[in-house]
Amino acid sequence: MSNVQSTVFVALQTNDETRPIVEAIERDNPRATVTRMPAMVKIDAPNRLVVRRETVEDITGMEWDLQAFQINLISLSGNVEENDEELVLHWNR
Amino acid sequence: MEKTTATPPKKLGLKEKYALMTRGLGWEPTYRGADELYDQIKFEGIKIHDWSKWEDPFRLTMESYWKYQAEKERKLYAIIDAFEQNNGHLNVSDGRYVNTLKLFLTGITPAEYGAHRLFAMLGRQFPGVGAAIACQMQAIDELRHVQTQVHTISQYNKFFSGMSEWRHMTDRVWYMSVPKSFFEDAMTAGPFEQMIAISFSLEYLLTNLVFMPFMSAAAYNGDMATVTFGFSSQSDEARHMTLGLECIKFVLEQDPANVPIVQRYLDKWFWRGYRLLSLVSMMLDYMLPKKVMSWKEAWEIYFVQNGGSLFNDLSRYGIRMPKYWEQTVASADRLSHETWNTFYNFAGAAAFHSWAPSDEDMAWLSEKYPDTFDQHYRPRFEWYREQEAQGKRFYNNSLPMLCQTCQIPLNASEPDDPTKTAYREVEHEGNKYHFCSDGCRDIFCHEPEKYVQAWLPANQVLQGNCFEPGVDPEAPGFDAAAELFKYYRLTPGQDNGDYRGSKDEANWLKWKGLAPADAAEAA
Repeated sequence: MSNVQSTVFVALQTNDETRPIVEAIERDNPRATVTRMPAMVKIDAPNRLVVRRETVEDITGMEWDLQAFQINLISLSGNVEENDEELVLHWNR
Repeated sequence: MEKTTATPPKKLGLKEKYALMTRGLGWEPTYRGADELYDQIKFEGIKIHDWSKWEDPFRLTMESYWKYQAEKERKLYAIIDAFEQNNGHLNVSDGRYVNTLKLFLTGITPAEYGAHRLFAMLGRQFPGVGAAIACQMQAIDELRHVQTQVHTISQYNKFFSGMSEWRHMTDRVWYMSVPKSFFEDAMTAGPFEQMIAISFSLEYLLTNLVFMPFMSAAAYNGDMATVTFGFSSQSDEARHMTLGLECIKFVLEQDPANVPIVQRYLDKWFWRGYRLLSLVSMMLDYMLPKKVMSWKEAWEIYFVQNGGSLFNDLSRYGIRMPKYWEQTVASADRLSHETWNTFYNFAGAAAFHSWAPSDEDMAWLSEKYPDTFDQHYRPRFEWYREQEAQGKRFYNNSLPMLCQTCQIPLNASEPDDPTKTAYREVEHEGNKYHFCSDGCRDIFCHEPEKYVQAWLPANQVLQGNCFEPGVDPEAPGFDAAAELFKYYRLTPGQDNGDYRGSKDEANWLKWKGLAPADAAEAA
């Protein structure tokens, strides 16, 4: 077992569709760190990170299908659990 | 008339849709036994008691799969078209950059095709419907990646050397055998080993090293076409990675007897993948004109940190960090320098250009590698530059000793001694075999019957197997190098050698208005 602090992350392309998603992730995950790199955004969080459909819809004022998250996804880390409302990344379930 | 009160049918939730449109598609074989149908599923010793426990966390149905893939394709080709229409190749940071792409596109595209074949076979072998459908989707994804990369090759090939014969070169050119043999090793393994090799070890644990810093760097270097196919592929990879993790947990949860088998696969494929990625290390540190992250930083983030979190999670099954991982951390200061040195040496026989780092490059390398660069590598590169200044650019015309497992020349130093070349050997049935590392030696020793069959490019040249039909190596005036290049379909003086003085450089300077227009004609 390694002695690193376990973190999960998600990386998204930088574009118009992901701006509200990144904002929603920041809103729902106060402990998340957002790193902006050329053409991509990486968001790390200790142990758990959630993407909520409702928060994204609040920001854009439009309906959003959570599965469309996959279109702009670059990478992720952690166990994934997804339903109609939220996508959760976590370790140590 | 009575008013109808029928409510519209309730929209299905994600879980119900997945259950009906994926799991519901399976059937039990009746006139042939399951053992006969899935004939490879037992020989590895992996025990599966209940295939229905296999989870696809994204719960992707075929219907949504086609919908999202179509959207990805529309976005991708719009950008590739725009890149082509607007002379996008002129906007990359420097002509040297394209060599990074040559290596990536010619090495990875056939590997993606290998992955396509592998997942098509796996989809046929797994009895579980969830697993079979996930493999089927992945097989289609990999074919899509090949296509997007071929489109990108097609655009760059109009303007730069070295890419026109990529398909032919895959089966012949020495360094191409590294990714080729990696995928062939995986494809000829049992189905569970294949899954752990590619979905878990390569995709989950290691592809972040390729796609995250490299694609971000492609963007930084102005290469819109590559960023676009790269990120489009990567959105599929994110799904593959998730399945890789689910797969390993599924296998580990099915039976405790599976744990040691899985651990051995992990040890093997972590090491195989790490050796393969040495090509990426030199792309990040030496080949990108504008650099985003060093290999050492990338290894720290994506293996030590991210991989560490993953193995923390798997430790509850009794899985430990892959064998020899400490060596990869100890060598992180050296890997890229040693690999690039090999390509500087053998630039005469490669279908892309290499070059000695500039003053600016070396200042960056000193800063990123304070413990090793100035002491061990700078003097060597400065010597190369002096030779070059005197018109004596150093080319190594010998044939390197290759590792029997990873097929990379023995260029790495001992994990605990940067001044000594790492070398291992094993006697097997009266023959001596050579290895670059403990990891590669152990892999051989577990399955010598498999690896004695390796097609090692250097050895094949010496055996006379790398010349066109009818060529007589005994004939007077026989020119081995010229005959080898014909066999490779490599045009000497155009595809190979140093970037300085190449046709690519002359064209680049001409297009950018940096040199007299007649410079390219003369080249």
